[in-house]
Order: sequence, then structure tokens, then C-alpha cells
Amino acid sequence: MENKDLVQYIYGIADNALILGQRLSELCGHGPNLETDIALTNISLDLFGQTRSYFQYAAQLLGEDKTEDDVAFLRTERQYKNVLLVEQPNTNFAYTIARQFLFDVFHLSLLENLQNSSDATLNAIAKKSIKEVSYHLRFSGDWVKRLGDGTEISKQKIQEAVNALWRYTDELFHLTEADKVAVEGRIGVDTSQLKDAYYEKVEELLQEATLTIPEEKYFQKGGKQGVHTEHMGYLLADMQYMQRAYPNMKW
Amino acid sequence: MIIEQKQHIDKILIPVLREVSDPEIPVLSILDMGVVRSAIIKNNKVEVKITPTYSGCPAMDVIGDDIKLALKEAGYEAEVQLVLSPAWTTDWITEAGRSALKKYGIAPPLEAEADKEALLGNKKIVNCTNCGSSNTKLVSQFGSTACKALFKCDDCLEPFDYFKCLK
Ligand SMILES: [Zn+2]
Repeated sequence: MENKDLVQYIYGIADNALILGQRLSELCGHGPNLETDIALTNISLDLFGQTRSYFQYAAQLLGEDKTEDDVAFLRTERQYKNVLLVEQPNTNFAYTIARQFLFDVFHLSLLENLQNSSDATLNAIAKKSIKEVSYHLRFSGDWVKRLGDGTEISKQKIQEAVNALWRYTDELFHLTEADKVAVEGRIGVDTSQLKDAYYEKVEELLQEATLTIPEEKYFQKGGKQGVHTEHMGYLLADMQYMQRAYPNMKW
Repeated sequence: MIIEQKQHIDKILIPVLREVSDPEIPVLSILDMGVVRSAIIKNNKVEVKITPTYSGCPAMDVIGDDIKLALKEAGYEAEVQLVLSPAWTTDWITEAGRSALKKYGIAPPLEAEADKEALLGNKKIVNCTNCGSSNTKLVSQFGSTACKALFKCDDCLEPFDYFKCLK
């Protein structure tokens, strides 16, 4: 696999962690209570840590004195390859939890497979991250259950959030050109194979949470090709501001 | 930890590294925390490999700088490299480390199964670091740092951190 293809494959994985981490970091100091605030920012920190590991590797593959900061902050919107799900805003706590849960189930199963990658670095990052992501899923899954099986209002809100975000789940299992090359080279994970188990797991928990499984027939996609929802531009403006205003500053 | 088997290195490097601690848990030496994977002297230069506890652990950069500083004071230039594999586990915290944690007010990690039970709130098995009571409850799965959960004692009412099991 050529370096430039491998870098694209890494973006496809790492940009999800970066953008979701950024979304969660917006809640720092704004969580509904202290414990949840700490939990969400800790998850954000884990995701940024994972992102750094991926981006240090990507920067090394790119050569030409590229750094992890260049990779994180100096790309344009079209060059970010995260799925649409993770860039969706923190509309309310139910949305934050539903987005996290729908991503965590996928993330964990992706890493479980990526830890068998023939690429030693990706393999090591996956093995490291998997332990952290298990905690994330425990947290988000617990909250889906608490909200779903909670009060009338909490149930209504989490159901609404799950319904609204459901249309972004199918994209998790689409393969880009870079994905296909990586799968062929036994470096990448064929996410299309993870789809059935994903919906099974998600639906099982939704039922446990006494929620209704959405019957959405129309799914949205595009993030993996760099075609994002309108929320992405605002997110990047916020995230890139410091690096654009003060070039070469470091994390 | 692998320390190249030359007696003088044991005598030189271990005492220096023992003095470096986790900035967030100052009572815990990085050796007892198990983050130092190897340390060797090559051409009068020390090469130290460390591994992060959690990917996003902000302490790692500080630990790297502290190692360099401590070795510099001992007369060595040092290079610190971050390695991810094999991934750190709480099993690498030494006995001395576990008792240092406890003394500091952080309950040391339980075994994996017990940890799960404790974090799901199924069993009262995390002992209060203040009074020793096991009548404690989970407040939050995430505490003051990513590696800890927050507990509260129902007997003495003190809140305390629990170092989560990571395997
Ligand atoms: Zn107590």
C-alpha cells in the first residue's frame, strides 16, 4: 500500500475521533451536572489522544516535515473524512448521548478488527484504544437506558435524538476507495461486514431501554468523501482558529 | 522493565528514574506506575522508552520532560520515546505503587471482573480510602482524570477516587 493511500485510510478512522472529540470538548464546563461534564470531557480527551497517535503516524508517512498539528488543523473541509454522524451538534443531552452510543458500538467493533491489522502501528493504536472505548460504550449505553427507561420527558427526548441520528448510521459501513485498498492489503477493516452485528447490538440495547427502533428508510452519506453537513464548517472554524491565527503553535 | 544488564546502569538509572513521578499522582514513581518500559545507556546517552496509561494522558509529555531533566542533572543526555505496544495495563502497577496510591487517597485497581461489578454498581467492593469501609457507591465512571472513577463512602461520607482496572 502506498503511503498516500495509507494516509487517506488513517484519516477515515482518525477524523471520526478528532471531530467527535471536538464536539464533546464544546461541553467542557457545560455538562448537565459535574459528573457528566467530567465524563464527557474525559471521553473527549481519550479521543484526542487516539487522534494524536494516528496523526503522528500520518505525519511521518507524509514526510516533508509535516507534523500532527498540520494534519489536525490545516486541512480544508473537503479533506476531512469523518462520517456525518460525529459532526452533528450537541442539540441537547439526549442528542449527545445518542450520537455517542451510535458511534461507540461501531467504534468498538472497528477496533476489535483493527487490532489484527498487518500494519504494526495501527495494530498497536487499536489495542490501546479498545480499552478506552469499552468504557465509552459502557457510559453511553448506560445513559441511553437511563433516559429511555426514565421519565416521560427523558424517554421522549432520547427517542427523538435516536430517530434524528439514525439516518447517519448506514454511512459507517460504506467503503471508500482508500478503505478498499487497505482491506485488500490486510491493513484495513472491511466495515461492510460489521453492519449486521452493529444493528443487532444497537437494537438490543434500544429495546432494553424501552425505545422504538426507527424505521428510517432514507440514509444520508457523504462525510467519508469529504462532503459534510452544514455543521462542519462552523466546527472547523472554531477548531482551526488558533492554528490559523498563530501559525505553527503546538498542541 | 528492561534495564540492560550492566551493574553500573542499575545503580545509575534506577535511582534517577525512581525520583520521577506522575505529576497528577506525585506519590507514585513512574517505575511503580509501570510506564517505563526500558532504559539503556548507549554512547553516554540514555534511551528511555515509556508507554502512556491512557492515549490522551496529558501527563505523558510532562513525564518525558521530567525524565530528561532528572537524567540531565545526573549528567546524561536522554532521549525519550513513546511506545504504544504492548499496551499499558494496571497489572504493571507494582505492590509499592498500589500502597502508595491507597495512602494518597486513591483506591487501587481491582481485578477485571470485580472492577466491572464495582463500576456497574452491582457490588460494594471498593474500600473507602479514608475509613476502610466497603459501604461505598459509584458516583461517576469518570473521575478527576481518565484513569479514575469517582466513589463516595456512605459511612464517613468522604468522596474518593478509584483507579480503574485497565487490561
Ligand atoms: Zn469512608
